[in-house]
Amino acid sequence: MISPDLSRRYFKAKVFHLFCASVAWIGVLILGVLLFHVTREGFPWLDMQFINDFPSRFPKKAGINSALFGTLWLIGFTALFSVPIGIAAGVYLEEFEKKNAFSQFVDLNISNLAGVPSIVYGMLGLVIFVRWFGLEESVLAGAMTMSLLILPVIIISTREALRAVPGTIRQAAFALGATRWQTVYAHALPQAFPGILTGIILALSRAIGETAPLIMIGALTYVAFVPEGPMDEFTALPIQIFNWASRPQKEFHELAAAAILVLLFVLLLMNSIAVIIRHRLENRNR
Amino acid sequence: MKRLLMFFALSTVFLLSLGGNSLAGKISGKVRIDGSSTVFPITEAVAEEFQKKHRKVRVTVGISGTGGGFKKFTTGQTDINDASRPIKSSEKKKAAKNGIDYMVIPVAYDGLSVVINPDNDFVDHLTTTELKKIWQPESTVKKWSDVRPGWPDKAINLYGPGVDSGTFDYFTKAVNGKSQASRSDFTASEDDNVLVMGVAGDKYALGYFGYAYYKENKSRLNVVAIDPGDGPVKPDEVTINDGSYKPLSRPIFIYVSKPGAQRTEVNEFVKFYIQNAGELSKEVGYIPLAEKDYKASLEKFEKWSNNLLGENKTRLNVKKASLR
Repeated sequence: MISPDLSRRYFKAKVFHLFCASVAWIGVLILGVLLFHVTREGFPWLDMQFINDFPSRFPKKAGINSALFGTLWLIGFTALFSVPIGIAAGVYLEEFEKKNAFSQFVDLNISNLAGVPSIVYGMLGLVIFVRWFGLEESVLAGAMTMSLLILPVIIISTREALRAVPGTIRQAAFALGATRWQTVYAHALPQAFPGILTGIILALSRAIGETAPLIMIGALTYVAFVPEGPMDEFTALPIQIFNWASRPQKEFHELAAAAILVLLFVLLLMNSIAVIIRHRLENRNR
Repeated sequence: MKRLLMFFALSTVFLLSLGGNSLAGKISGKVRIDGSSTVFPITEAVAEEFQKKHRKVRVTVGISGTGGGFKKFTTGQTDINDASRPIKSSEKKKAAKNGIDYMVIPVAYDGLSVVINPDNDFVDHLTTTELKKIWQPESTVKKWSDVRPGWPDKAINLYGPGVDSGTFDYFTKAVNGKSQASRSDFTASEDDNVLVMGVAGDKYALGYFGYAYYKENKSRLNVVAIDPGDGPVKPDEVTINDGSYKPLSRPIFIYVSKPGAQRTEVNEFVKFYIQNAGELSKEVGYIPLAEKDYKASLEKFEKWSNNLLGENKTRLNVKKASLR
């Protein structure tokens, strides 16, 4: 039965369209307002002195050198641990594992782990890495904790990406006599790689902005030196931002905004590198 | 940068050539500090100044909170703990169990301020009884007229720090008589800046937080004089320092561990801290103690740590003797 009232139906469709569009734009608008506010407050403070100096009680002399390098060390090691393990686990679960009750149990647990609040990982890291392993408040302990935090995200996105590879490709490889390993290594993984890369970037972006687990494992707040090795103490940008934002003086709030801009810049840089790599790979695959 | 290094190298040579007993630049090592975020700004300032003088010493400061900091302090993981309250008996026991002896040093005052909106024209002061009436658990105060007859029949909107904060501990103890005992239907935030914004935008608001936050926002807030029974007093540098602002000013401390104080770098740092805490605490928004208090602390610390260093020497001598 078709309603004769065509204009009414078109009107409904239009309203729904507008509703969806406005919802999408709200997200962009909020980001815009945030960026505008942060840039207006923080931009005047951005200069080489801000990048090169250590924290200080004088806002004019304060800088983020130790926090910036702490974050770079932390993210570097986090990627080193979480990316190989995450991809390997994803490949195993998607391509090799037999489907049974146990594998379903493992799947369910990994999905659940992705939703665990970050502070819980901080407590885990404190007990295991800081105390049992005796790593103390080092870059290594922080990176291992962060790796735990983002592993589920990498595993899940690896699996999603592999699942999106058409089954016909695998079947073709098998038909030509390839082993499962050859199929995965030469065909499924390269096809899935752009998707995996997106997952890794999202996961590392999450790690770069986390504060709670780092404070939990005892990452420091005032450090006037740059880590020289994985066993050194460190601080990170989100901790410095948190500390400055909770100070009473307005100048420190502006410094926090400037540090946020630096953090956003690092994030953007990471993302654009990933986009470039992904673009190249996609071209090669074609 | 090179020039700067050159300057320091030259000045070090100069100092050394003078043959003075200055330790500047000569000592190295680590000073590990953790604890209260309330004390952090002072410790950060001291660390900054100390490292200008002793370039090779690495001072690190964390903000795990007073309790979180004591956990590390009592197991010997840190040398100094920033504390916005005295050590608890359970923490004392733990320290004793691990053989960590320590000394407490008050470094400054932190005054809590009770604040209202500048448009609020009826509150001139509050008595401690009225404060208790407002903030006690199961308080029946809903409107300003419930606090004092004659005040407007308008809802009173309350703002205060979250339950994990040392400020909350202290206020509830001072006002309600028991730490952590408070009504719970108020807007709470761990971030005092949020409370500042809340009270600044609400004519019928009442809130409390650290004095430094009031001082930085004087134009947007009015502070309430508190009357403990002998007349209302407003918090300021003078009344907090001389103790006439009662009962909402508290001393904040550092705890120094004995194994820490036996190391030259920590020992020097603590002395430097006591000598400069007055000036530096003022710079970051706190109220310094009286000059004589710092002097007394310094003497006490020197005596305590000299004994410790003495212990070290005797032990060394015994070793030498046994080697012979």
